[in-house]
Order: sequence, then C-alpha cells, then structure tokens
Amino acid sequence: MTGQGTNWVDEALREHEEHAATEHPATEQPATAARRRGRPVTQAEREQQVLDRIEAARRRRPRIREERITMSHGAGGKASRTLIEAMFLDAFRNPLLAPLEDAAELRINGSRLALTTDSYVVSPLFFPGGDIGDLAVNGTVNDLAVSGATPLYLSAGFVLEEGFAVADLSRIVASMTAAAAVAGVQIVTGDTKVVERGKADGCYINTAGVGVIEHDLTLGVATAQPGDAVIVSGPVGDHGVTIMLARGELDIEADLSSDTAPLNGMIASLLAATSGVRAMRDATRGGVATILNEVATSAGVGVVVEEDQIPVRTVVRGAAELLGIDPMYVASEGRLVAIVDAAETGPALAALHAHPLGEQAAVIGHITGDQPGIVLLKTAFGGTRIVDLLVGDPLPRIC
Amino acid sequence: MRFVDEFRSADKAHALAARITELCEPGRQYKFMEVCGGHTHTIYKHGLEDYLPEAITLVHGPGCPVCVIPMGRVDDAIHLASQPDTIMTSFGDMMRVPGSQGSFFDAKASGTDIRMVYSPLDSLKIARQHPDKRVVFMAIGFETTTPSTAMTVLRAKAEGLANFSVFCNHVTIVPAIKAILDSPDLRLDGFIGPGHVSTVIGCRPYEFIAASYGKPVVVAGFEPLDILQSIYLLMLQISEGRSEVENQYTRVVPYDGNLAALTAINQVMELRPYFEWRGLGFITHSAMRMRSEFASFDAEVLFDVPGVRVADPKACQCGEVLKGVLKPWECKVFGTACTPETPIGTCMVSPEGACAAYYNYGRMNRHRVVEVELSQP
Repeated sequence: MTGQGTNWVDEALREHEEHAATEHPATEQPATAARRRGRPVTQAEREQQVLDRIEAARRRRPRIREERITMSHGAGGKASRTLIEAMFLDAFRNPLLAPLEDAAELRINGSRLALTTDSYVVSPLFFPGGDIGDLAVNGTVNDLAVSGATPLYLSAGFVLEEGFAVADLSRIVASMTAAAAVAGVQIVTGDTKVVERGKADGCYINTAGVGVIEHDLTLGVATAQPGDAVIVSGPVGDHGVTIMLARGELDIEADLSSDTAPLNGMIASLLAATSGVRAMRDATRGGVATILNEVATSAGVGVVVEEDQIPVRTVVRGAAELLGIDPMYVASEGRLVAIVDAAETGPALAALHAHPLGEQAAVIGHITGDQPGIVLLKTAFGGTRIVDLLVGDPLPRIC
Repeated sequence: MRFVDEFRSADKAHALAARITELCEPGRQYKFMEVCGGHTHTIYKHGLEDYLPEAITLVHGPGCPVCVIPMGRVDDAIHLASQPDTIMTSFGDMMRVPGSQGSFFDAKASGTDIRMVYSPLDSLKIARQHPDKRVVFMAIGFETTTPSTAMTVLRAKAEGLANFSVFCNHVTIVPAIKAILDSPDLRLDGFIGPGHVSTVIGCRPYEFIAASYGKPVVVAGFEPLDILQSIYLLMLQISEGRSEVENQYTRVVPYDGNLAALTAINQVMELRPYFEWRGLGFITHSAMRMRSEFASFDAEVLFDVPGVRVADPKACQCGEVLKGVLKPWECKVFGTACTPETPIGTCMVSPEGACAAYYNYGRMNRHRVVEVELSQP
C-alpha cells in the first residue's frame, strides 16, 4: 500500500473544519460585518476573507502527513520546511537552533562563534566550473560568512561507494584543498565510510565549519524593516542550470559554468564598508525566492521585487524559459542576498561592486510594511504577482 | 532576449489595455474563458489581470492535462506500475496528482519504479536499456501531446520493441468545450482558444462555437501580449456584432492544423466511446485509445487494469473550477485543506491548474496592491 490513503484527505478536511469552527478573529471580517448589516458583500471582501483564512491555515503548526520521505522533502521548498520544523526543530528545540539561520551563533567565554554543517550529494560529481569538492568547501564557508562570521576551520566526512575510482576521489580532494586555500580555511578533522556498491551514488561529502564573529552586529532575516533594500550580488541561477545541463538529459547545450565561490572575502569588505547590513543569505537551493519568503515570514514584513532588476544571464533565462522554470528559484553557489538599511545602500553597493564576485550587484527590491508575509513581484510585463515557496524542486540533487 | 521580450513589452501592453477599455460598453460585464491551462499560467505569472478593466473577467477553463485525470486512472496507473518487473514513465506534472491511495511520488517512495521523462521517446531508451522489464508510458494530454505518443508507438513498432507499451489517457478538447457551452451554470461572452492544441487540430473544429452558439473564439499564443491582443480581438468582435473564429497565433498555428500529426494520431489511435473527466464526469467521444492493430503496445490490453471508478472527495470542487463556475478561491477547501503541498484536487497540482496558479501567483489583495502602487512616488 502506498503512503497516503484517502484517510489523509478526511483528516485534512476534519482539521480544517475544526479550525474554522474555533478560530475567532479579533476583529470582525468586513464580509461578515457587511452580511450582518444586510449590505451586499463585495467580491474583494470575500476574496480578502479567503486570503485571511489561508494565512491562518499557514500559521498552524506544520505536520508531516506522508508516511515515507519523498524527494520533495529534500527540495528546499515547503515540504523541506515542514520536515525541518515538525521533525527536527520539534525534537531538538533550543534557542540556538530556533532561528533556523544558516549557522548557529555560540557564545563561549565572551567570544562569539558560528557553527554550521551541510551535506553534498550533487549529481554529476564533476560539472563545468567545479565539482562536489569545491562545492562542499564553499557551501560551508558561505554559510558561516553570511552569518557574519570569519570562517576558520572545517571538518570533512566522506561516504564512498564500493568501486568508486580513486582517481576521481583524488580530483575531488585536490579541489577541496584549492578551495580551502582560496577561502583561507583549514580542514582539520574528518571521517571516511565505505558502503556496498549500489548503496550510495559514488561519493557524498559532509562538511561542518566553525568561524568567529568579530563585530557587534546582530544579523538575521527577522530584523528586516520596512524601507530596507534587497540586494543580490550578481546574476542568479548559474549553478542550478549548469548542473541540469551537465546531466545531459535535456539535449540542451550552453556556454555556462557554476558560480561556486567563497563569499567570505566579499562579505568582509561589505561589513567593513557599512554597519547597515541587517541580514545575509547565500542563494542556494530554492534560490532568491526562497530567501525572500524567509525574510517575509520571519520579520513579518512584505517584500516587493522588480523582476527586471534581477540580474540573470541571458543563457540562464533562455534555459529557464525553455524548461518552464523561474530563475528566482534556481540555485546559485556563490551569490549573496543582503537586506540593507535603505540609507546605507550606496556604500553597500560600492563595496560589492569593488569585489570581483560582486561586480553586477544590484538592488532588486525593498521591504514594505504592507501585506506582511508576502513576497510581491512586479513583473517585467507590468503586472503584479506573488512569489511563494516552491513545493518541490524541479532539479533535485544540485548540491 | 529575442522571441521573448518582444512579446512582453509593457508599453505595448498599456496601449492594448487602453484600446480594450475603450471597447467596453458602460455597465456591461464581459466573461471570457481561456480554455487552456497554459494561458491561465501566463495570466497569473505575468500579472496580466492588472491591465484589464474591472468589466472584464477571465474564467479559467478545463484545458489542463493533469487536472482532468480522474482518481481512478491514477490508481490504475499505480496498479500497473507496481506489477513485477515493470517500469512506469511519466511526465513530471503527473507525479504529484493524488489518487485514492496517494500519488506517483508516494508510490515511488514505497519502491515502485516510476521515472520522470521529458519526452515519450525517452521511454523507448529505457525500454532498450532494460529488455528484461516491461516499460509502460503513462500518456496524458490533449492533442498537443497525442502526436508524440503516436510517433513513439510507431517508432517502437518499427524497431520491434516488445517490452514497451502505452497507458493511454489522451483527451480531446472540443467535447469538453461543448460540455461547458451546454452547461446551464455559466454565461460566457467568448473564448480564448487553445494555442498549442490548435497547432495540431487547426481552427476549424471551433467553428461550431461561433456558428451555433454565437460566441467569438480567438486562438491565442502563450506570451502575455498574445493573450492581451486576443482579448482585444474578442472585444472588437463583440463591439462589431461579429462571432467568428480568429487566429491570433498565426506564427505557430496553421488554420487547417498539422496534417502529418493528425495522420499519425489516426493511424495509432481511435476515439473511445466515452471517458471519465475529473469533475466533469463521463463525456462521449472525448478521449483516445489505441487501435486494435496496436494492441501489443496497449497497456490496457497487456495488463489487467482494475478500472475501478473512484469518487472525488466530497469537499473537492475541481469540477466547478474546471467548468469555470467557481473561481479557485471560492472553493470551500482552497488554500486551507487543499494546498500545493497536500492537494486534494488536481487543479491544485499542475502549474497549469487554475487553483495552483492562483495560489502560487495570485494570492493577494489586488485592490490593495493597486492602492499601494498609486500611493508611491
């Protein structure tokens, strides 16, 4: 028998009705008020009532309905979020984990440290512009850097499949060495496991990292305020599209390579140039859209983005158009999204433009107090729409 | 970017919108149905409704391939896929569609071998690589995808590939439009005709809509300006008292369709006497099945298909949404019990489904957005 039966539909409906019966909105809905006074309810009022009901449903405690893990749980969208909140956060709950930032901030004897970990299962292992090795170093370095920390030490854990070519492993290790040198970190501890043929796909890598926080800023997506600017450091989506094309399933060829790079140097000059940075994220799985949704939800603000201000390479846009995907959801591995005090936009952009990785940095939107929790996109066509979290990733195993 | 940006020009959109507004008769409301889910997707993705005067309402139609697949067919497909030594292939859109016992994704997580393909021809590749397995392609879609399934079967026959078959769920658009026209629930002023379907069947099959029902039809492309121009052409027909079939999508659609594609379909498939549509019930001559000459490629002949009819969950109002009687947000469970993560109805699954398009792109207070924009410098 497969995972969900009709019983989950019944369950979902029952839950929905229970909530509908118990939820007493603090203020009377315009539609309800209109009906009470015998005034006809306008379509806009009815629509708003539905929107409010949906927001209430979305604020409910997340639950995992599936009986088995599906690929959606690893895709970085809504199913991943539900898994993290309902399973891991629920079990491990503590104040350091709760903000669900890219790294946890630890205070030890007066020092502020950042700790993070990430696993890499990218397929294929080698792709234009990089391989699983530099991805595993850069990804963890970036998670520390966007938390405002100076990355120092990494661990490396390898899960290898029986039969994996030693030559491939030494290529991967060589690029880890090179990436660590560029980022200025050392790999100081590690682990190796080998599993039977067929039990893994060649090579998986886990890295953890420790960094030190040497400034007084409190960074976090929850601190975003109306008026703040949303900045990205360069063209988005290169990595995701590169990986998809490298798999060779689509018979599309393009001159494109992954953007995998360590962001710590650029972030250091950004933080040196301005104290107006409120939050930073690297736009990996789920892309810019997912980060902006995290900002909107955590800070209880709205985000307005101008589609024609988002830097996207023509080749990435072309591939995305052909495949029916939105570059805003496609992963980068060397791009920063920063929320910056509007008054500090100038110095922030200048610092980014001065760094080779940030030459094409641009303001793509701003934070607003209106429509909290919602990311609005002004389309290049001149319309408006919302940008929600994806349910599943169209491109699994990109990192 | 060429072939894209020229069809998304905001300046041209403003000019078209002004001409559309000029054509609105004071006090009159206009309701147009975009038959095709691809149009629904474009409308929401680009925020096209921002350009339309309040007098014009777009009603979303039934032309979303996965939305019309009934639960029973999903169950049948999962039953086929879980037979020993069987691999099922399917388009990605199908993976999340709920059957009564879960979706393809759930079946896959439980160990059933279901693989996503980008083209039906990829299924032949898999069949060649696994001669010891039976490979079944879950064929879905309107006339847009039917020719590629037919060509794949012809290729398999030419190669003598014995381990490949098709579970045919191809449907035809015209009977569904007719069912909507005959339904007493809805009064429409015209149709934005399906673009890609029409590349295959041409525009003639819609002539009865203009002739017998007196409703204008404009076959439209999929870029936002295509749709806006089609709305303008519909308004022009109405203001001039005409009801005709017009082709806005001339860069792709020949008025008489694609004869080679139609021949391929006709060679491999024939109309079924009737087929169940999700939410719309059984519709006569509305779907295709494999001809008996191709029985050795027909999964419904080769396998024991249970063919159980499963009633849709009671709360689900996909039928009303597919017919355009309800707006997505008017469904009782929209966005609360039924969401893209846990869809109860098919309209919430495919990006072309009206509910998914509204939930993912349109779930905002448009009036307030417009006010905020106006208040900004």
